[in-house]
Amino acid sequence: MHIVIIGNGIAGVSTARFLRKGSDARITIISAESPYHVARTALMYAYMGDLRPSDLKPYEDDFWPKNRLDLIQDTVTHVDIEAGAINLLAGGRMHYDILVLATGSRPNRFGWKGEYAHGVQGLYSMQDLTSMEVATEGIQSAAVIGGGLIGIEMAEMLRVRRIDVHLLVREQAYMDYLFSADESELIHQEIRRHGVQLHLGTELDAIETDSEDRAVAVHTTSGERLATRFVGLAVGVHPNVDLARQSGIETGKGILITNTFETSAPGVYAVGDCAEFREPLAHGRRIEQLWYSGRRQGRTLGRLLAGGTDAYSAPLFFNSAKFFDLEYHTYGDVPPHETDEVVCRQWKAGRHLIRTAAERSTGRILGVNGLGVRLRQEVAASMIRRGQDAAITPARLKTLLFEPEFFQADTTQIAEALSS
Amino acid sequence: MTTTHRSISLVDGPLIDVTINRIVAALLVVAALLSVVAALQIWPFKPTTSIALAALLVFSAATLWVSKNSAWHPTRFHHKGAAILTGLGLVGMLVSIAGAGIAWPMLMFWLGIGATTAGTTWMIAARYTDGAHGLDNHGTMTNPVTNRGASGWMLGIVMTGFYVLIYWYPAALEGLTKTTDPLSWLMRGKAADHWFMYSLVYSLAVVVMGVRALYKYRHVRYQTIRTWSVMLVQLLLAFILPSILVLFQQPEFYFSYFWPLKWTYLWPGDYGIGWILADGGRTGVFMIFWGAMMSFVATPILTYFYGKRWYCSWVCGCGAMAETLGDPYRHLAPRSTDSWRLERWMIHGVLVIIILATALLWINSATEGALFGGFSGAVAKTYGFIFGSIWAGVIGVGFYPFLGTRIWCRFGCPMAAILGLQQRFFSRFRITTNGAQCISCGNCSAYCEMGIDVRWYAQRGQNIVRASCVGCGICSTVCPRGVLKLENGPTEGRLNGPVLIDRDEVDLIDLPEYR
Repeated sequence: MHIVIIGNGIAGVSTARFLRKGSDARITIISAESPYHVARTALMYAYMGDLRPSDLKPYEDDFWPKNRLDLIQDTVTHVDIEAGAINLLAGGRMHYDILVLATGSRPNRFGWKGEYAHGVQGLYSMQDLTSMEVATEGIQSAAVIGGGLIGIEMAEMLRVRRIDVHLLVREQAYMDYLFSADESELIHQEIRRHGVQLHLGTELDAIETDSEDRAVAVHTTSGERLATRFVGLAVGVHPNVDLARQSGIETGKGILITNTFETSAPGVYAVGDCAEFREPLAHGRRIEQLWYSGRRQGRTLGRLLAGGTDAYSAPLFFNSAKFFDLEYHTYGDVPPHETDEVVCRQWKAGRHLIRTAAERSTGRILGVNGLGVRLRQEVAASMIRRGQDAAITPARLKTLLFEPEFFQADTTQIAEALSS
Repeated sequence: MTTTHRSISLVDGPLIDVTINRIVAALLVVAALLSVVAALQIWPFKPTTSIALAALLVFSAATLWVSKNSAWHPTRFHHKGAAILTGLGLVGMLVSIAGAGIAWPMLMFWLGIGATTAGTTWMIAARYTDGAHGLDNHGTMTNPVTNRGASGWMLGIVMTGFYVLIYWYPAALEGLTKTTDPLSWLMRGKAADHWFMYSLVYSLAVVVMGVRALYKYRHVRYQTIRTWSVMLVQLLLAFILPSILVLFQQPEFYFSYFWPLKWTYLWPGDYGIGWILADGGRTGVFMIFWGAMMSFVATPILTYFYGKRWYCSWVCGCGAMAETLGDPYRHLAPRSTDSWRLERWMIHGVLVIIILATALLWINSATEGALFGGFSGAVAKTYGFIFGSIWAGVIGVGFYPFLGTRIWCRFGCPMAAILGLQQRFFSRFRITTNGAQCISCGNCSAYCEMGIDVRWYAQRGQNIVRASCVGCGICSTVCPRGVLKLENGPTEGRLNGPVLIDRDEVDLIDLPEYR
């Protein structure tokens, strides 16, 4: 039995790890990006000098031979489904009994003029990190397009190198489809405090290039011309389906899969960013592009391939981010503002904010956001899953907060604000 | 609906003001005391000495005061000025060593140690005042000074060289020692020896770099309080108090060190107890009692409740140095599984050796040398040479820029071995991971000064219970996703569970403690 996994991101590697826990099959992981699995979540820290490149490897190098996981750095050019084999760029052909596609996603480009010029890129892979190093060497100013999590990370990276940054955000307020006005405002303050020029309600129109096809400026939809030598594209990603499509595997936006990760081709599975569920999951999602969901999907597939039977189900939603110095935790479903069904309560002090959402009719808690405050997942998740009342007692608040010892907080006041 | 309440103020700007206000106030109080002492001429030293010392403190206070003003933005003048002053101080120290210190001790004290202290404090203020209100480790891994570049190597060689001279060729540092003469007369009523000079330099390093740690980690209250603790313990219990004891002709006793780290405090005869009792009389009896109580009663109790951190990163002088001067080098700790294996053999080996050596000395003392003769003396000397001088000093501190800050604590300290065994098997302390929030970024592992692969546990959602963990809390501070928290809690279920991520997040709700 030979199981071949294409892609060594978190989804592919999680698949391999959990498969190995329950199976003795031969497992091969193929990646074009890097010889070893790296934490893509930490690319920004390598750029900022917080981490060495070697720190990006979550496992020591001998982890792989110890667990008999064969690693190959190469590009897979074709999948021969009939023969059950793949072709490698370096030449050669490899037989598989089971194939797992964990090919991830690619930064979006929307057909802007100049979008493939030198100095225009997204941030996804080790290669992107290297090219960003080269492209930003000695430059004075840059633009980052996109008001999402990666956009703000790129802005922070560039600011650490003391490069002037224009951040173009399509929405009128940062992630206003997710955050309340207060929450967005905290993030705006944080962005501006770090010297970033924040352009809200502004989109990219075109990228101006010089005779050598290098980016020299961006033109915005509001008619402004901003001189920049680097343009960071952070307007989302799309599933990387090229290999699957050309090999004749059925694709939509992503590689189409069942809730046990089976594609249209026998013996071929897809997992992580590149996959699209045929039936939408609870909460209506078909493509999950969070790092956390890649890990969870991989874990589920690994167990399935090792003989398990549990199909994939989305977890109670959770996510985290860091906007410059502002940490963000979210659990469950918290809408940006109150609705007919949902009532919100908020506590805010300085750069700290907690907001809960509750079902209006019953008072049951639906979700909680923390900005500048660390919240304990076990407590938040258990409150939501058990449908507890959203009113929070001081005692419950103490278990909910995950702040380091000696933190100063008037828990009575916070509990009051979240209960009234 | 939106209510604004008193800030929880753990990340906000005002906290830095409070911190700096306290430092400034403390410095000014000590300066005022010195001035009073000088005016009354109540101690056996020249009034000019203490006036000068007070001036140094006022200068440091002024530096901090200016830097805390949020309207003050350090300019090129400040960065350059601080660098020049520091450089001047270092040159001053070299010139002192070359002989000038013997000719003009007072002047060279100010031009050497004084200018270095002032310059580095200024430099730190200029570096961190203008920063944001969050963690800033940017450039640590690319700066040659902190990442084994040419300048890092030079610094390491100088630091190691300093230790070699202090231990085995103190005469070579005579010029520098002499510059601390006035202060020694002031504090101890006698001339400085090289150990006084060393103690002073050590304490200044802890205090000045402690100020840096206070700045750098000002957004985390655990870090500021812990840093205050190591600074004050070093300054008061390990420098000022022993000096005053000498002034009053009492044994030079350090109340912050205990057997087996300070092995002689429980060694018989002239190695320890005998000497303390002979010099100290009734005070000596108290000192022995204190040491024994700390070793055998306070240590197990405190370690049970708080883990080994109560000592290693809150009290101990070696820890104080590692957490302050060593902070820029914590990421250099070896972190492979092999180094962990080596660590366990070595540190427990040293523990066995010190217990055997102590037993040997006591048997020898009880039998009046009939059993082992001169052998036990040779053992005592050898232990002091290998572990006291070479390991704890030369390698332990001198090698900061090569191997990180806790080489002694990890591979050599018998006290850490005992505390670690208890922490691993019988303590309420653990580092909790926050559910499935870990993103495997590796900041925790990279900045763990004990070389623990914290990420290995965090990415599985597993509690971190390791013998070597000194509880400095930096993993929690550098975590960009709020995943790690130092906690004391019930010992039940502390070791193996819950492995949240490798099971399913769904299982989270079944944790009984959150019902």
